[in-house]
Amino acid sequence: MLSLSTAYCDEKTLVIGYLELEDDSRYIEERMDARYQAQPWGRPYAGAEVAIKESRFSGSAAGVKFELKRQSVSARGALEPAVKSFNEQGIQLILLDLPADDVSALAKATRDMNVLLFNIGATDNTLRQQQCQPHLMHTAPSDAMLTDALGQFLVSRKWREVLVLKGPKPGDSALLESLEGSAKRFGLELMDAREFVLGRDPRNRSQNNISLLTANEDYDAVIVLDSEGEFARSVPYQTQKPRPVAGSAGLVPDWWHWSFDRFGAPQLNGRFTKHAERPMTGYDWAAWIAVKTIVEAVVRTSSSDFNKLVDYMRGPDIVLDGFKGKRLSYRSWDNQLRQPILLTTYNWVIDSAPFDGFLHTTNNLDTLGADQKDSACAFSKN
Amino acid sequence: MKIYATLLVFIFMAFSVVSPLSAKETGYLFISSEKDHIVTVLDSKSLKKVTDIKTAERPRGMEFNPDYSLLYVACGDGDSIDVIDVEKLEVIDSLDVGEDPERFDLSPDGKLLYVSNEDDGLLTAFDLTSKKIIAQVEVGEEPEGVLATPDGKTVYVASEVANLVHVIDTQSWELRANILVGNRPRRFALTPDGQELWVSNELGGSVSLIDTETNEVNNEIVFEPKGFRKDDITPVGMTMTRNGKTAYVTLGRANHVAVVDVASREVEDYVLVGRRAWGLTLSRDEETLYVTNGLSDDMSIVDTASLKVRQSVPVGRVPYTVVLDD
Repeated sequence: MLSLSTAYCDEKTLVIGYLELEDDSRYIEERMDARYQAQPWGRPYAGAEVAIKESRFSGSAAGVKFELKRQSVSARGALEPAVKSFNEQGIQLILLDLPADDVSALAKATRDMNVLLFNIGATDNTLRQQQCQPHLMHTAPSDAMLTDALGQFLVSRKWREVLVLKGPKPGDSALLESLEGSAKRFGLELMDAREFVLGRDPRNRSQNNISLLTANEDYDAVIVLDSEGEFARSVPYQTQKPRPVAGSAGLVPDWWHWSFDRFGAPQLNGRFTKHAERPMTGYDWAAWIAVKTIVEAVVRTSSSDFNKLVDYMRGPDIVLDGFKGKRLSYRSWDNQLRQPILLTTYNWVIDSAPFDGFLHTTNNLDTLGADQKDSACAFSKN
Repeated sequence: MKIYATLLVFIFMAFSVVSPLSAKETGYLFISSEKDHIVTVLDSKSLKKVTDIKTAERPRGMEFNPDYSLLYVACGDGDSIDVIDVEKLEVIDSLDVGEDPERFDLSPDGKLLYVSNEDDGLLTAFDLTSKKIIAQVEVGEEPEGVLATPDGKTVYVASEVANLVHVIDTQSWELRANILVGNRPRRFALTPDGQELWVSNELGGSVSLIDTETNEVNNEIVFEPKGFRKDDITPVGMTMTRNGKTAYVTLGRANHVAVVDVASREVEDYVLVGRRAWGLTLSRDEETLYVTNGLSDDMSIVDTASLKVRQSVPVGRVPYTVVLDD
């Protein structure tokens, strides 16, 4: 049973844990100010808070009051003890806002604890594949879902021949691997993958000058893969040929956008902006939908039994409203939240994947990311 | 529950307030267009356009007053409910009913407007005589459908985010009950005997039937038009025949209208209309059903005897509600 303390009247309180690092390079001021596309623009805790606010009425109808308990730890070594401590307090549902390596290590270490973890920020494919865990849910999409969305878009525009620019970081290589998978899946032709470096050293201009990087080849579009965004933002309008730029800048696959104007999105964006005093990003949305998942499970099962809730969340009957127009639920084979992916510019949502013509035998959302038959996730082995 | 604002003393007036000239049946169709900020007026006989009436921004929900002399139009981005004179075909007043009004209902005596304020999560009661807000009740996020019962005692409001139907007492302004329904509840229909409240669940792909005595969901109608997946079946608009035998439900992205036998809860037929069908209304003789298609910018005209689309006519951008003065 979850810790349910009686609050007022006959309402019980269900506490959701939230774990983050005090020092997290994703949130340094310089990056927050830069507002790179599809990167966090602030701590996503605000998204979880908005979902808690939204839960008042549905929670009270079910006799449950939802609360958040935020834990910021200063050292990586303190992550596992923090989960233990949560568990001892009866907090078994925990949101993780952590880099991929920490998510992976923590999930492995807590495998035998009675907790359910929500990865709300790390998009790495391996977390859903080789490193998957039965008690680790993913509300942020995988890189494969993002590159698949972009692949579907480019193929549906018939912009099949693509020049790739890729950075030197491990995250950039992971993105390239993901893009190669999408290219194979949807029939994109990757003409060349050229490595860029940040800097102005003239001796290294073949790698830091965008004109030179995009010369000597014809292509329909440029895809820039930059897991941090600083290089990518200067690629549009600097290419040798007048071609669209996509990937980490230009047309960017993202899972939420402040300008989205369908399916009730303006109302959610309005509530978030009012609360956090900044626009909502995909990371905020992922925190928000993780809390919504928990609320939905409690309200629909009228239960606070941990195993019952987990079964419902991971099961086929849950219907989550992510304000993206589709019924969302978790994939049974890797605990990934299935969801539409938006193709976004700086200030608009151009379109939403999956696109017409990309069909799946059961759910078209499963044309994005690893399908059951391609999944390398084996919950029992990890 | 918390009640906002002051509760002004109710003064029941023995006479009707804005007692305009008795309305003549113009036979005009009025269609609100979310993106063009107009209400398009069509002659229901010729289906020719009579005029476009300019309103405040984003007109959506519309309803006539009891004698059909006035048409109220909720303009969400204009933060007003505009009042159209049905004879003059122009906006004669603009009511300040709180921010972002989406849908509303009139009290049976035509004296009060009950409005859902989408952004603020409020149900506002607005007195049309004094032109003042007399009560605001806090409800779940994104309230949408509003229905006032014919006895004037109850207002139902659906919250899209909380998946609840709120039952509000119009004397005390207290929440009498919060009823958990399907996902993203949108609109209401009440059976003529008042026993059963229908609420459409857009994301749930169903209609929940609520027993108005017990305030419990006692049944659910699920729609399965051929060739559509669950995901694409998004019921929104509903209307019932006066004898309470047949209900029509628009299925949104499934581009169909479901025809439901109310007694047996069986779906008798699905009628193919335009893209993202939401709004609908029946003619007084109930021989014709008008359906607005938000993503094909047109209106389908359905013959209810043969259940075939007789014609479809272009209207403004993103047509939302259609009502008919016959």
